[in-house]
Amino acid sequence: MYMLIIENLKVKVEDKDILKRVNLKVGDGELHVIMGPNGSGKSTLALTIAGHPKYNIVEGRMIFEGEDITSLKPEERAKRGIFISFQHPVEIEGVKILLFLQRVLKNLKGIDEVKAYELIFGAIKELGIDESMLQRQLNVGFSGGERKKLEMLQAYLVKPKLLILDEPDSGVDVDSLKVIAGIINRLHKKGTSILLITHYGRILEYLKPQVVHVIKEGKLVASGGIELVNLIEERGFSALEEVVS
Amino acid sequence: MTTKLEDILKAGSLEEILGTALPYPKEIELKGKITKDVVKELSKIKNEPEWMLRHRLKSLELFEKLPMPRWIVGIEELDLENLVLYSKPEVGEVRGWDDLPESIRRIYERLSIPEIEKKFLSGLTAVFDSESVYSNLKREFEEKGIIMLPMEEAVRKYPDLVKKYFGKIFPAGEHKFSALHHALWSGGVFVYVPKNVKITFPIEAFFVIGSAMEGQFEHTLLVADENSYIHFIEGCSAPMYKGFSFHDGMVEIYAHKNAIVKFTTIQNWSRNVINFNNKRAIVEENAYVEWIEGSIGSKITYTYPSSVLKGEGARTTQYVVSLSNGPYLKDTGAKTFHLAPNTSSKIVSKSISANGGINIYRGLVRVIKGAKNSTSTVSCDSLILDEKSKAYTYPHNQSDEPSANLIHEATTGKLSQDKLFYLSSRGIREEEAKSLIVLGFISEILEGLPFEYVEVLKRVIELEFSEVGGVG
Repeated sequence: MYMLIIENLKVKVEDKDILKRVNLKVGDGELHVIMGPNGSGKSTLALTIAGHPKYNIVEGRMIFEGEDITSLKPEERAKRGIFISFQHPVEIEGVKILLFLQRVLKNLKGIDEVKAYELIFGAIKELGIDESMLQRQLNVGFSGGERKKLEMLQAYLVKPKLLILDEPDSGVDVDSLKVIAGIINRLHKKGTSILLITHYGRILEYLKPQVVHVIKEGKLVASGGIELVNLIEERGFSALEEVVS
Repeated sequence: MTTKLEDILKAGSLEEILGTALPYPKEIELKGKITKDVVKELSKIKNEPEWMLRHRLKSLELFEKLPMPRWIVGIEELDLENLVLYSKPEVGEVRGWDDLPESIRRIYERLSIPEIEKKFLSGLTAVFDSESVYSNLKREFEEKGIIMLPMEEAVRKYPDLVKKYFGKIFPAGEHKFSALHHALWSGGVFVYVPKNVKITFPIEAFFVIGSAMEGQFEHTLLVADENSYIHFIEGCSAPMYKGFSFHDGMVEIYAHKNAIVKFTTIQNWSRNVINFNNKRAIVEENAYVEWIEGSIGSKITYTYPSSVLKGEGARTTQYVVSLSNGPYLKDTGAKTFHLAPNTSSKIVSKSISANGGINIYRGLVRVIKGAKNSTSTVSCDSLILDEKSKAYTYPHNQSDEPSANLIHEATTGKLSQDKLFYLSSRGIREEEAKSLIVLGFISEILEGLPFEYVEVLKRVIELEFSEVGGVG
């Protein structure tokens, strides 16, 4: 059974074609990696699956657990178990993280405040995240690493069916990278299906993906095993032209 | 039957809770052109001393002479001559809720005012239409010599004390509407806190306009003697009517040496009240006055709490929060006058405009020569939630003192699609996301309020952006 099926997906932003017929199947509990150069449509794919209104689906559809989610609102997708970790999480002034996390757990999982409080403090301890973060405002004044860790903390608390990671390794130092990869592995072991988007492949040193896809100019041009990563690292994205042809 | 706070908040908006007007018997109603006879009649009904009648007549004369302020919009919708100028509900003042007639008690109960009083207030005065109908100060505070009385009663019982301050802080001749206020004032509360007395819990006044086409001119005078402390909260509300109502209230505060006064207003008038407020404090040596002016309701609001820093080292903070959600206008701001050395002021204005709402910030900071080393920080932040809504900022700083330090900052933020999407991807629907962003935007101000009020305000704002509340 597939967790996510993407069929013939064509996406426009304003008048520009970004995704041109993308097909993708992510199986239950699988970890897929999508690699590609800047501007190839990686983030567009992630944000389209999550339902960002800026991305206009011209053709194709997305099936999540057998249900067509193409026209569902983002909050509905989230409630069904899709969670996106953003490349650039926004700052929201005045919103305390602890209260925000409690609200997220209530909205997505129906967990009451008291239980949420326990879960949050438990997770913080387990993941080795500084507790003082909970009293800060959502991403306000956060470094790149802090932002990504907070995204991962949310994902860990929500334990989604499908986790979409949009460049979890960009703008992050080595120590943070290890923490982030550790959380991804924990979630993966617990059965979360993962779609990880990355430019560098740095994070893949710590992960064991089942499938690696390469996206170029809005199309998936190659799919394979971890050997694709090595190929790209050695010879760059241009090496793929040879593989594809 | 008392409604729970919870039910009230779920009901949609304060207007909705109050519902449509409940009829109640009126004992006396004064209507028509504002003449000397009307004022004399009013004074007679109130059984006032001669000096107060003279004060009213002098104010009426000023009202006739003074021009209509040029910056006013919306007043033309109001026919001053057809307003009910004075409306006295058929009830004397009481000290217990049970003594009120059911028709009036029910209005307060819908707002759960009796319940809130029991829980966390030191004292409460309720003004219905033009008269105070309920006044109660907890005994321990009465024993300390604190005076809290309906204004009329204070005029009769403590003429010397009242005379010393009444109309001296915000004089009648300031502008046309302050003159009108002084001519017709009715209701309101007088509070005196003796030297060295600190009132631990807030004191509250609650104002309700009971009928359409009515003017409310309540006068609140608060005197904090040396080294005292008081936090006063006023809440305003009115049920829905077809016609307009006019509110032209006044607050005068005198903070003596080393006194601390916090004055919080949470205004949620129904959307056909034209709300004109006159608020001013005189702040003596090393005293501190904090204004929190929260304007949520009304069709049009004009309010600019002012602090006159008269004594050396006097300080003030003015927090102004204005929400215009729908076709409404809030013209708000703050004024500070630095008249002595080492005085400091901080003005924080936060406005939120949504669904075609307009916010105007109008502020004045004036430092006179000789107010050495005075400092002032003004920050004006506007949050605009959609394309239809607007915010304008008109700050004015004027300093004649070279050693003074004035800082002004202004920001205008728009609600970005990315913020909304971030929250929606966490299961937070658009309406909920908007109220979360708005509450975050004003969090700095909410932190200074008692817990119960923060909860009430949060619910009110959540309701404003929910499907049932506000303009919907």
